[in-house]
Amino acid sequence: MKKENLTILSKENVAPRVYKMILEGESVKSMLTPGQFVHLKVGTLKHPVLRRPISICNVENNKLTIIYRIEGQGTALLNEKNIGDTVDTLGPLGEGFPLQESGKALLIGGGVGIPPLLYLAKQLKAKGVKVQAVLGFRTAEDMFLTEEFKTYADVIVTTEDGSFGIKGFVTDALPQTAPYDVFYSCGPKVMLRAVELAAATAGYISLEERMGCGVGACLACVCDKKEPFTGKSYVKACQDGPVFQTGEVVL
Amino acid sequence: MSRLNIELPGLSMKNPVMPASGCFAFGQEYAKFYDLSKLGAIAIKAATPETRAGNKTPRVAETESGMLNAIGLQNPGIDHIMENELPWLEQYDVPLVANVAGKIKEDYIEVAEKISEAPNVHALELNISCPNVKEGGIQFGSDPQMASELTKEVKKVSKVPVYVKLSPNTADIVSMAKAVEAAGADGLSMINTLVGMKIDIRTGKPILANKTGGLSGPAIKPVAVRMIHEVSQQVSIPIIGMGGIYTAEDVVEFFMAGASAVAVGTANFSDPFACPAIIDDLEELLSEMGISHISELTGRSWKQWQTSLS
Repeated sequence: MKKENLTILSKENVAPRVYKMILEGESVKSMLTPGQFVHLKVGTLKHPVLRRPISICNVENNKLTIIYRIEGQGTALLNEKNIGDTVDTLGPLGEGFPLQESGKALLIGGGVGIPPLLYLAKQLKAKGVKVQAVLGFRTAEDMFLTEEFKTYADVIVTTEDGSFGIKGFVTDALPQTAPYDVFYSCGPKVMLRAVELAAATAGYISLEERMGCGVGACLACVCDKKEPFTGKSYVKACQDGPVFQTGEVVL
Repeated sequence: MSRLNIELPGLSMKNPVMPASGCFAFGQEYAKFYDLSKLGAIAIKAATPETRAGNKTPRVAETESGMLNAIGLQNPGIDHIMENELPWLEQYDVPLVANVAGKIKEDYIEVAEKISEAPNVHALELNISCPNVKEGGIQFGSDPQMASELTKEVKKVSKVPVYVKLSPNTADIVSMAKAVEAAGADGLSMINTLVGMKIDIRTGKPILANKTGGLSGPAIKPVAVRMIHEVSQQVSIPIIGMGGIYTAEDVVEFFMAGASAVAVGTANFSDPFACPAIIDDLEELLSEMGISHISELTGRSWKQWQTSLS
């Protein structure tokens, strides 16, 4: 993991409050594992004090793609930056998705939990894994990345209001998916909980947690471990995760 | 780095900068970023007799130029720390300041006695100021009589000098400082965090599961500077100053207030390289200021007989 000021190459509004940004720098070349994240410092030296964890959506050589939704002060400040500006970027951080080597994989993403699954889909396809993706949004207007996913996966879209694809949540699409050997999911905890219950196989989930340091020192993002995992009673989402096996942590 | 080396009770430091307890765990995470031997010392995370799971999440909330935390002294317990964390740190040429916590007096005595035996622990920091646990901690830190008794007991069993970490959540920090000095404390570290709260206006509820948390970061720096200024004029033991230090200029300000060393906390979260960056900048800043040794700056704000810097 390195710290580098990455240069913004492009910034695009892809859905209401959702932006896609491409950044360039040498450290991007080490961002090889899907599911890892970058930790961004925005604003001035002393405010805001905390970095912002953002998932890695795609990497091509020295170019990193991130997708963020403006939720608070940090993402608003990030969005004030323009092409040519730099972003203080620490990464890659965390443990990413273990890659299935063959067979069929189901990817299940909700909202801004979707971006890390794109980089995963790309790598799974490269290994010869057959990929299906269920992407959940609130409405048709909120959709993003669905076209990009089609390069690597068979795509099913759900919207809560039924304005596109299947009406409901991602779990409402699970009965219609092709058989799969493993699943990968990222999204809010409530969604992950439902996915873990509804899924036909074991899989991997990626948590979106409130973080402090992002490197494992401050113990802000701890999650309780479930039985029968022994040893430590907790995990750190930033360092031991954000990706965990199903059943490993209490959701 | 001859401008920066300092000698404090128990601590022979290459420079006056140490990461603050609770902000650096036991060093392993930051060792991935730089050589820990670069640091003046390391104040390791608080140790208690037993394993502590800490508070429920959310444990952090960001505020204006600061943050609230309510971790709740999560740590693997003294025995695990002695067997695993401290031996690992022996590969680095850096003295450790062991932060000692507990619920009752006997807890502090047990941890102090054990941890002060470790070869790389050169000083203790008595944590009587954690605002985030229900028992112990701050109870000792808000009553001069209790703080004094605890300091005496810990001094009896500790093999290394004892620094007492003071809470700003008290009406009269000078009385606390004087009480622990009279009880035999070798030094003070100040300030711990200020009790605060942040409410999520969408839910109408406090963000932290613990409701309240300790405020740290640049927002509390003026409070720390004022308290060190007051206390340093009333005691003769050295002060490790902390509270929102982010830059070499901040270090100079704390020294001028009356500190003899500093600890850097929240800044490590903003930038994992904060400590080494401050150390490098400090050497340069002192050179620019024409200061031949950093200790010349201690208490300059109240030592009226000294001339101001040009």
